[in-house]
Amino acid sequence: MTLFLEQMLNGVQFGVMLFLLAAGLTLVFGIMGVINLAHGSLYMIGAYAGTWIAGETGSFLLGILGAFAAAALAGVAIEYLVVRRLYGRDHLDQVLATFGLILIFNQTITLIFGRQPLFVSVPAILDGSIEIVPGLEYPLYRLTIIVVGLLVAAGLYLLINKTRIGMLVRAGSTNRDMVRALGVDIRLLYTLVFGLGALLAGLAGFMAGPIMAVQVGMGEQILITTFVVVVVGGVGSIRGAFFASLFLGVVDTGLRAYLPGLLRHVLAGSEADALGAGISSMGIYLIMAIVLLIRPKGLFMPNS
Amino acid sequence: MTPILNVRALVKNFAGLVATDNVDLTVEDGEIHALIGPNGAGKSTLIAQLMGELRPTSGTIELAGRSIDALPTAGRVSLGLARTFQITCLLPDYTVLDNVAIAAQVRSGHSFRFWGDVRTETALREEAMQLLTQVDLQSRANALVVNLSHGEKKQLELAVAIATRPRLLLLDEPMAGLGHVESQQMVATLRGLKNQVSMLLVEHDMEAVFALADRISVLVYGRVIASGTADEIRNDPAVREAYLGEGDELC
Amino acid sequence: MPPQTEHSSRRLLPALAVLALLTALPSLAQAPGYTAMTTLATRVLIYGIAAASLNLVLGYGGMVSFGHAAFFGIGGYTVGILYQHYTLGEPLFGFIPGTNQLLITLPAAIVVSGLFAAAIGALSLRTGGVQFIMITLAFAQMLFFLFVSLKTYGGDDGLIIRRANELPGLNMRDKQTVYYVCLAIAVLFALVLSRIIRSRFGNVLSGIRQSEKRMAAIGLPVNSYKLVAFIISGMGCGLAGALMANFLRFASPDMLHWTKSGELMVMVILGGVGTLFGPFLGAAVFIVLESLLSSWTENWQLGLGVILLFVVLYTQGGVQALLGRLRRRA
Repeated sequence: MTLFLEQMLNGVQFGVMLFLLAAGLTLVFGIMGVINLAHGSLYMIGAYAGTWIAGETGSFLLGILGAFAAAALAGVAIEYLVVRRLYGRDHLDQVLATFGLILIFNQTITLIFGRQPLFVSVPAILDGSIEIVPGLEYPLYRLTIIVVGLLVAAGLYLLINKTRIGMLVRAGSTNRDMVRALGVDIRLLYTLVFGLGALLAGLAGFMAGPIMAVQVGMGEQILITTFVVVVVGGVGSIRGAFFASLFLGVVDTGLRAYLPGLLRHVLAGSEADALGAGISSMGIYLIMAIVLLIRPKGLFMPNS
Repeated sequence: MTPILNVRALVKNFAGLVATDNVDLTVEDGEIHALIGPNGAGKSTLIAQLMGELRPTSGTIELAGRSIDALPTAGRVSLGLARTFQITCLLPDYTVLDNVAIAAQVRSGHSFRFWGDVRTETALREEAMQLLTQVDLQSRANALVVNLSHGEKKQLELAVAIATRPRLLLLDEPMAGLGHVESQQMVATLRGLKNQVSMLLVEHDMEAVFALADRISVLVYGRVIASGTADEIRNDPAVREAYLGEGDELC
Repeated sequence: MPPQTEHSSRRLLPALAVLALLTALPSLAQAPGYTAMTTLATRVLIYGIAAASLNLVLGYGGMVSFGHAAFFGIGGYTVGILYQHYTLGEPLFGFIPGTNQLLITLPAAIVVSGLFAAAIGALSLRTGGVQFIMITLAFAQMLFFLFVSLKTYGGDDGLIIRRANELPGLNMRDKQTVYYVCLAIAVLFALVLSRIIRSRFGNVLSGIRQSEKRMAAIGLPVNSYKLVAFIISGMGCGLAGALMANFLRFASPDMLHWTKSGELMVMVILGGVGTLFGPFLGAAVFIVLESLLSSWTENWQLGLGVILLFVVLYTQGGVQALLGRLRRRA
């Protein structure tokens, strides 16, 4: 039972990371109508910058700040130099331009850091486990991630629903022209939204460091999973992103944890593991397929 | 005689906003039935529901006595329904003739043909030319849509709609944006089509409405408040109050 | 612009000239220093077929599919799996015999990729816009993971195909022969594609790209046509994948990786979206660029990224349009 609970928590932790990425992505798409493949690169930049700074200075806190700064800087640069020219252009152009950005970022990081993954350890204060329920010791670091993620979700909820900027964001996601007509500096709003998404991505990337390897290409891997989350949750909906990311995070983790074991009953060891890993990887896509059959627009409406 | 269009108790709710409020509407075979009403009355929403572009909350729609509620747009068009768009919706990269020809092609079925050059199909192109002549656009047959004037685009919308050989034509403000001369030309064209197709004419232009309509219905806040001949509508106090306000529009 | 202008005699002459050059190429490549040309040209032809297939839905149909590498890979694996079962002597699923005959594996690859395209298309086309892009990407990645997990067919390491499929009367071990086979198929493919584009179906597809709303309003069941276009384009990619598997004597999950889908899209846009020969041109430009840049530096993709940004942001219509504009200035 405790093992199950542990896996559930792992799933929530993964889900929370997905949410940090999905929230930014769904906002950028919902408000600005731009599909940004380089979102994963911001995740990677946050991871590399934060990890490197934490390694050089020995301070985890500086690492976080470094991750924020690097991701935000990169985000604003991307928005100003490239994404700004993509508003209103057709999706193919957006896809290809941001694909070009991925190539540039991946190669640049390779030039700076080489091909070997960076390893970073959990900071001392967050090392170790705590006993959540009797008999279950859970890593403190992972718990921290969950808490941070939920705080961010709460913060986003307040921002979107209770502030003026949030109101503009909600309005912008349903009617861009109207917001412009209200005299709001739409470019500033866009840059802010993009920057916020970049910050969240960078945060997720840095937090992921100790758990998953920091390497080139890490962004694209999780980006595709993020796409699935956004589609299932409904493009433009933060609430949808929240529920979908938790749901898919738990499902994905659960499959990976239990499926190989189940398959071992029918297949040889290494084949069961490989097939189990393969089918687990397919799990979230199959869920996406089912959701599409029933609700092609995703589970939630935009701007919710 | 079965009316060509029979709408009963049609309702459309948009999360709190009632766009279509229990509408009953018929169009008799061969008549032009005008639908007027202030902006925001829900006229375009009604057309969208008739075409199947929007799903009604409740109510039924029958075309020539046959229920079309379950049919998608393509199915309804094949049964004889067609529409023009208020904001013209044409194929921008194609010529005027191409736009009409493709409608004729789709009507003829057989678009899953992968061989043969469609541009050499003279039957389609001649049919398209005839339709263009009907709306007086034959001289512009090879012009690109992007080079047409607003009035010409409206005429083209009409030609494309007729190319599908409809029994009922839903016209969404065909006069919108037209100057005086162009409006008169459009009225003449529509009058000329009267024996070919029945029409539900959504319009603001009262001159056109009175010149063309056999019957008029008035839609206000999604509800039909009056329905009858031109004279009956002119003298209806509810219409005066709700729609005209100032009073001297319908002289 | 209406598809008919593709085939005025103005275009035919350069096309024939290029064909003549391509036919003579292996002989020219005998010269020292140019021996790699045949290999390069074979890859260009194969990717050209794949890119041209993608272009059918992308350029003509207006559907941005980011998952076409899946069909490319499925075509390759069809060849590989059939070959493996042939060498082992065991039938696939217990009743499908393996084979090493090109005349069987090519149609098989086309059919299998067509079936996958039907399934993926039916689900993905329920959406549009950004969701469609993400969903096609996701499904392709799902299949990538599937093939990675199939250890019996090589898994992550890929599937080696010891001998290229046989074609009666030809020696498929000879690089030149393989080149000519690919050339012949590419020419045939281009001819078929050009007929499809000019047909009633192509006309409707172009209409859908320009305005789905309009096409629905004249009575077209739009989704059916989009699906058929998607299936045809999937089959074309499958054909290319099967040829690639024969050429490389290897099939790997990388054929299905999303970056491969990206490369195909890059080829399409480099060559000019929505033209018949554009994708072939784009494939040539891409592969030559890749060869040149990678011989200078390991980080050639950086250059590719920059070029891509440049092409998207500053040219309209890719290389073909650029050439057209230069031609008009000259």
